Amino acid sequence: MSVAIIKYNAGNLFSVKCALARIGVDAVVSDDERVLRAADRVIFPGVGEASTAMAYLRENGLDQVIKDLRQPVLGICIGLQLMCATSEEGNATCLGIFSDIGVRRFSSHGLQEPLKIPHMGWNTIAVTKSNALIDDNLNGEFVYYVHSFYAPVSKKFTVATTTYGTEYSAVLNNNNFFATQFHPEKSGAVGERILENFMRL
Amino acid sequence: MLAKRIIPCLDVKNGETVKGVNFVNFRSAGDPVELGKHYSDEGADELVYLDITASLEGRDTFVSLVKRVAQNLSIPFTVGGGINKIEDVGVMLNAGADKISINSSALRNPALISEIAGNFGNQVCVVAIDAKLEDDGKWHCYVKGGHERTNRELFEWAHEAQERGAGEILFTSMNHDGVKQGFACDTLRKMHEELSIPIIASGGCGTMEHFAEVFDYGMADAALAASVFHFNEISIKELKNYLSDRNINVRRI
Repeated sequence: MSVAIIKYNAGNLFSVKCALARIGVDAVVSDDERVLRAADRVIFPGVGEASTAMAYLRENGLDQVIKDLRQPVLGICIGLQLMCATSEEGNATCLGIFSDIGVRRFSSHGLQEPLKIPHMGWNTIAVTKSNALIDDNLNGEFVYYVHSFYAPVSKKFTVATTTYGTEYSAVLNNNNFFATQFHPEKSGAVGERILENFMRL
Repeated sequence: MLAKRIIPCLDVKNGETVKGVNFVNFRSAGDPVELGKHYSDEGADELVYLDITASLEGRDTFVSLVKRVAQNLSIPFTVGGGINKIEDVGVMLNAGADKISINSSALRNPALISEIAGNFGNQVCVVAIDAKLEDDGKWHCYVKGGHERTNRELFEWAHEAQERGAGEILFTSMNHDGVKQGFACDTLRKMHEELSIPIIASGGCGTMEHFAEVFDYGMADAALAASVFHFNEISIKELKNYLSDRNINVRRI
């Protein structure tokens, strides 16, 4: 099976490649349209700033390429946020794959204890709609998060949630598009299971 | 609910783990990757690798070690030691490190924090502070592994680090470090009240109770330790069970 990791101006691509290698998958890192379109699986990872990342994707025509993909696609962290409609980070207009979601910044407003931002560390997921990527057995498992912005819960697309001050989308799904706010590549055995599930889709 | 984190810290010299006297229970403890895997299997939430090599050749060895760690471990890790400029950060992140920790170089050049945060994001930048409570009742910051006193005070410096874009503060109390009588919980609690970024407590743990105390009373987000783990005085697995029994939210595997 051929797996492509989208190369763009956002870090941690090497970590994702290493995680895939650990489950026996040799992935290529590429920004070549043909390679991305031809791959059996595409991973859209990243750590970075939303508006800068979107500008880069547009300049390189990758925004349309991503939207047109028909094979299973997995967005990770900023990848998930870029697949939403908009983001408060740099007031970015995003890809709109999860069309009813506007990404927001965590806020302590109305909370008893102020939230520490970034949300950093291991938190649990609650499976709200069992699916091929996140099965019921993953309910309550810990996964690793690092982020300051979040995707609110969407009736249409949210399939798992996490709570940090507010309940938000941990995993989103729209047809062939999947996305996790957490980092499966850094989430130990649980993360590996999720990556394996993605390969089996 | 966000779990409290347990973070073993490994000192590395010329690509090898610096050994302690009682480092015997684990055969490959000299290899930082194998030791890291061992801790990860035990349930460590993150790891910190500190390069204490002085020579330039040693630096290259450390970078290839960071790559090997990234290839073999499935949990996040921070690297520190010898990071003086933005280019050093890029090298470590490209090699697969999730975060970098700076201490002396940040005190020498506070703008480095803003530069790292601006280029790579706040989450990447851990500012480590070694401080000592002295007779004047103030916490004085030290550099060069605690050998050189600066004119900065802990709280004032921690605030500046946060404003400049630090993602976390790693605070080591030099008064408590190595004494094994518990963490500097009063001071950690005060830091928790004053700062809005996560705080990693370091220095002073000798027993599992000390970890419970630093989370419950000290309000720390994470606790870092070296010798109690390396000398097998506390197993991470047992520690997590212990904390969980005391209703402290931890990730157990």
